[in-house]
Amino acid sequence: MAIRRGIEKFDWYTILLYVALVVIGWVNIYSVSLSDISTSFLDFDQVYVKQLLWISLCLVLIIFILGFDAKFYERFSSIIYIISLLSLLGLFVFGKNVNGATSWYAVGAFSIQPSEFAKIATALALSKYVGDLHTNIGEFKYQLRSFLIIALPVLFIILQPDPGSALIYIAFIFPLYREGLHFIYLLLGFIIAALFIITLAFGVGWAAISVILIAGFLYFKNRKKRSNLFKYSIIVLACIGFSFSVNYIFNQVFEQRHRDRFNIVLGKEVDIKGIGYNTNQSEIAIGSGGWIGKGWTQGTQTKGNFVPEQHTDFIFSTVGEEWGFLGSIAVIILFIALLIRILQLAERQKTQFSRFYGYCVASVIFIHFFINIGMVTGLFPTVGIPLPFFSYGGSSLWGFTILLFIFIRLDASNFINR
Amino acid sequence: MRKLLLVAIIVITGVVFITRLFYLQVYNTSFQKLSENNAVKVLYDYPQRGYIFDRNGILIVSNQPSYDVMFIPKEVKTLDTLEFCDLLKITKEDFISILKKAHKYSPRLPSVLIPQLTKSEYAYLSEKMHKYQGFYIQKRSLRDYQVSHSSNVLGYIAEVNKTIIKKNPYYHMGDLIGSAGVEQQYEKVLRGIKGVKYIQKDHFNRDIGAYKKGVFDTLPIKGRDIMLTIDETLQKYGEELMINKRGGIVAIEPATGEILALITAPNYDPALLVGRERSKNFTKLWYDTISRPLFDRVLQGEYPPGSTFKTLIALIGLQEKIIDTKERIYCNGSYNYGGKKPLSCHQHISPLSMVGAIAKSCNSYFCTVYRRIIEKYSTPQEGIDNFRRHLESFGLGNYMGYDLPAGRPGLIPDSKFYNRWYEYPKYKWYATATISNAIGQGEIVLTPMQMVNFTAAIANRGWYYKPHILKNVIGTDTISKLYTERYNTTIDKKYFEPVVQGMFDVYNKGTASFLQIPGIEICGKTGTSENYIKINGKRMQLTDHSIFVAFAPKDNPTIAIAVFIENGYWGSRWAGRIAGLMIEKYIKGEISRKDMEAFVLNGSLEEEYAKPYNGEPFNINY
Repeated sequence: MAIRRGIEKFDWYTILLYVALVVIGWVNIYSVSLSDISTSFLDFDQVYVKQLLWISLCLVLIIFILGFDAKFYERFSSIIYIISLLSLLGLFVFGKNVNGATSWYAVGAFSIQPSEFAKIATALALSKYVGDLHTNIGEFKYQLRSFLIIALPVLFIILQPDPGSALIYIAFIFPLYREGLHFIYLLLGFIIAALFIITLAFGVGWAAISVILIAGFLYFKNRKKRSNLFKYSIIVLACIGFSFSVNYIFNQVFEQRHRDRFNIVLGKEVDIKGIGYNTNQSEIAIGSGGWIGKGWTQGTQTKGNFVPEQHTDFIFSTVGEEWGFLGSIAVIILFIALLIRILQLAERQKTQFSRFYGYCVASVIFIHFFINIGMVTGLFPTVGIPLPFFSYGGSSLWGFTILLFIFIRLDASNFINR
Repeated sequence: MRKLLLVAIIVITGVVFITRLFYLQVYNTSFQKLSENNAVKVLYDYPQRGYIFDRNGILIVSNQPSYDVMFIPKEVKTLDTLEFCDLLKITKEDFISILKKAHKYSPRLPSVLIPQLTKSEYAYLSEKMHKYQGFYIQKRSLRDYQVSHSSNVLGYIAEVNKTIIKKNPYYHMGDLIGSAGVEQQYEKVLRGIKGVKYIQKDHFNRDIGAYKKGVFDTLPIKGRDIMLTIDETLQKYGEELMINKRGGIVAIEPATGEILALITAPNYDPALLVGRERSKNFTKLWYDTISRPLFDRVLQGEYPPGSTFKTLIALIGLQEKIIDTKERIYCNGSYNYGGKKPLSCHQHISPLSMVGAIAKSCNSYFCTVYRRIIEKYSTPQEGIDNFRRHLESFGLGNYMGYDLPAGRPGLIPDSKFYNRWYEYPKYKWYATATISNAIGQGEIVLTPMQMVNFTAAIANRGWYYKPHILKNVIGTDTISKLYTERYNTTIDKKYFEPVVQGMFDVYNKGTASFLQIPGIEICGKTGTSENYIKINGKRMQLTDHSIFVAFAPKDNPTIAIAVFIENGYWGSRWAGRIAGLMIEKYIKGEISRKDMEAFVLNGSLEEEYAKPYNGEPFNINY
């Protein structure tokens, strides 16, 4: 009875946006994988067939998620979190090494990437902790514990090592800020992420130079407050120190296979034709689309497989090439609409748990969207993370689907309980 | 505020992405081109070049398949250079320098590594090519010459250079183009249009089918065959006669302006400029600055016409009515015009009227006529310009407009020329200052082609068609209007008869009487022109050029000819003999004057040509 009434209250607007993104994503995956010589439409070696399977299984997953009572997620969040951590730890024993990273479990012919699910667990656990009546995120004690909840999965994921997946945990800074975290943390989070990427992608030198330039600029802008000089120097030194330590850990502590993995994520390793091959090819593909694109399955760059990882991380370049400027902005607008809708829903939640979780969902999707499109359009260094709902991959698709639909379930509960 | 931060960041991110996409996809169009370079390979299908036939349908030039080793610098992978060079029979240094040059030209476009392999070389190589990434073999069609002469007429095929590619986008690196002669002139007709195939590539540069299902692909269109006005037999015979001589022979059919033979000597075998030895051979020909085989003496050589010019003086004299055919003029062995020394003449009976003067080539007679032509007007300037007007109507003094790419205008000086020459008005000049023109020396120079043209105009008694080499493009019946338009000279028809008679008497009883061909009434005129050369900055006279113009038969002529032999001494010695043999060969098809033929075939002027270069003092004209 509760379920029936609930269905009517599910936010169909969000679900529709979700369906649109998944369908458009599959259409583009189909176009990319068409270049391989195919035997029949339902050939399970074909990427688009596999993705179709993941999508169908999502349907089952969705029904399952929506079937649980909303309370279940809050109540069991700690257990889910612990299971998730164990699954990450288990990788070091049972994991399969792919491209130098032990981030997969092999289940028969398929692989599961637990880090895609760890985001959900972390979001739930954090929501529960912040949503607790005793917790006041403005206080340092609670901040520290919150960060610990985030840091554990990050640590395990970095050790796999899968720096790309670890990087997106920066997203949790936004919901914490919403709940009262000081602005300085946001800034700090941004600086850490930026330094991390700049150091590994361009080296300590560039990181130091950019820090000094920015600090210098800020200092001379606020010259009147002379006393700040000491503060500025400390911050600059701390930043450079961080950059050095990232560099040190990378070069001294990590083994070559770790470094290789980082380099793959940062686009250094597959860079067979000089720095920026991926980005360059991706820009060419997108740029050649023009206003309306070359038409579905007509993309020359797509057909020629010029863009590496086009069906996964670089799927958006296909959109750019085959659907042109109009198709690209349509996808961008779909994402923005989804994100804003989620935030809208979050704000109308009655419990802090649900609101916080809604913010987590929006932030996680946003960070993926931000880094992925930024990378594909050449605004951002190459960081190998997927485009939510779009990129090929079962774990990633399931992860985002679960993440989103738990929130849809939580949102619907507002009305059921009324 | 806390509610709005993430929304704001999301919206700003959206705006930034859309702006970036606008820049990439709409504003900056260079990506579209990059994409095409990247993903689409263009393959050309070269059509067969048109065949070339002579006027009687004898095949002169056909085609043979040829294979170029091509490469795309960007796609060349590390390879065993030594083994590869060994296979291609080139040195490592050459190989590396070609690679570097090609990379400079374009890393993405194909360049030629080794042009024009033979069939057997191709068979050997094609088995091993797959080992070398970035290299492939492009099939082309090469010329196959059926004759070993006429290279000056036919021209040659060369690889296009960057200048041509820039000017004409039809051509790409490694394409072939007609570079001289008929091949250049009728390039567009002969070459046809190459077909294009666009091939979609993947990032391993593998072909994955036709681009856009082949809608942009085109089929090659075969080049058209052409028929030349050249008579292959006559051309071949002429080249044989010219062995060991330098100069030119040009024969045209007066009634049509069709060029029957166009021979320059020394010449080269056109097959030398085909195949792998091409560039070596070309360099050799190009740097032979002494015998200059690439210099077409008929079209580009400018020589004083010597006494052959007297026919024109006579015609102009008659037209200007300053002399008639009856007036006799005395000659005492020279013509004294008041200069430092009189202009000498040779031994002959005196006085002579026009016909006799032409037959005997009397200098005094024509100096007198020339003076009268110039002095008819109140100033020598007007006289000269009027004189020039007549000559221009014979196609002299400018480019002639025939359908071959080489040529020179010659020179018929006008009053401005002499004003500058003599610094008028500071110094005045008179007809006597230009008296050498009367006997075809002095400032006047003509190309042998111009000499034959005025001869044809005389043969036609007053008109000519522009000489041309294309009889027709097979399969079409149009010929340029330029070559069907009759050009009339300024001389009335009636004045030609006495001159023709004089030229007939040159053979009958004049300077070429020993060259008579039984059964053919030939009209001709000998010419002997003085010439000079600078050796180490010192002006030295060389043995005279031997010149002869003729047409036959006297009535309804079928051939007009000009023969020019460098340093051949007097007109009838070499040029006259050759002209006679050519005429007989053309009209009768066989030679009756075997003595004359033997003289020419066995004779050599090489010793004469060596004189200025062996550093020793030498005599001339013996």
